[in-house]
Amino acid sequence: MALNASTLNIGDTHEEQVAQNLSRTQIVQYAGASGDYMPLHTDELYAREIAGYPGVFAHGMLSMGATGTMLTNWVGDGRLTQYSARFTRQVWPGDDLLAKATITNIIKENGETLAEMDVLTVNQDGQSVISGKATARIDA
Amino acid sequence: MAEFKFQVDASQIMLFARSVGDKNPIYHDKEYASGTEVGGIVAPPTFVQASAQYDPKFPLRPTIGEAWFGSGKEATGLKPKAKESGDKEKKSGDSARMLHAEQQYIYHKPIRPGDELTVTTKRGKSWEKEGRRGGTMSFSETITEFRDASGDLVVTATSVGVTTGKAVSQD
Repeated sequence: MALNASTLNIGDTHEEQVAQNLSRTQIVQYAGASGDYMPLHTDELYAREIAGYPGVFAHGMLSMGATGTMLTNWVGDGRLTQYSARFTRQVWPGDDLLAKATITNIIKENGETLAEMDVLTVNQDGQSVISGKATARIDA
Repeated sequence: MAEFKFQVDASQIMLFARSVGDKNPIYHDKEYASGTEVGGIVAPPTFVQASAQYDPKFPLRPTIGEAWFGSGKEATGLKPKAKESGDKEKKSGDSARMLHAEQQYIYHKPIRPGDELTVTTKRGKSWEKEGRRGGTMSFSETITEFRDASGDLVVTATSVGVTTGKAVSQD
């Protein structure tokens, strides 16, 4: 289901819980699926003793991927034309992530109608972990 | 500029979607997908990250027969440096300070199982910044293009990596 320009307004939002009590196993699962085996994310001993972090933390790309779930659920499959994220804070095992998109603009370009949106994902303390933008083709 | 081939198959799309917690059937159910607007299984928005599996020189994957910088018996598998050559230990220290700062995708065409993508990577800008939580931070941009068999752009990915002066504090 795609969004439609006739019913979509600037300021409209959509939010979804995209992680709940994020498990170390899901971080390992992401490492295996993406091929990014950086020990900071999967190797507690390395993360603490070599890198000096309190422990392992999630790949930024795991949070961006999880946030992408909220986007495609809202705008439809194959509808995104652009998606970007800044990783503003680390995500730790046990975190809950709430992802939200807000329409900032609706434009016409090369015969297509596009919705531009701000993307924000926060942890259980309301701290931003991803701040990004996305653009999707919508029906006119 | 590095170049390699990225074979996209249905099982990899399914595993990737699972790993980001996405249960949308468009990523694994052929029958469901055939009745949708895109007409078949497609890859999720951040899927091109999995091209790392096909990058012959990807540094964040253990290389068979070589010491890995993650833990084994000790916290790092790399031997302490000899006094005159600090390369290996420096490598381990630098890796520990590397983080992903930003990522951007521009989507030109959906990625589908069976696609053979040609991946080309080039360096973009680099810059430095003083950070409150991470000390002196060195940023560098990498631009990766994914093209299909007919040479058409499928996805353009821009990644910004940062090497921090110290472990990023949590305040």
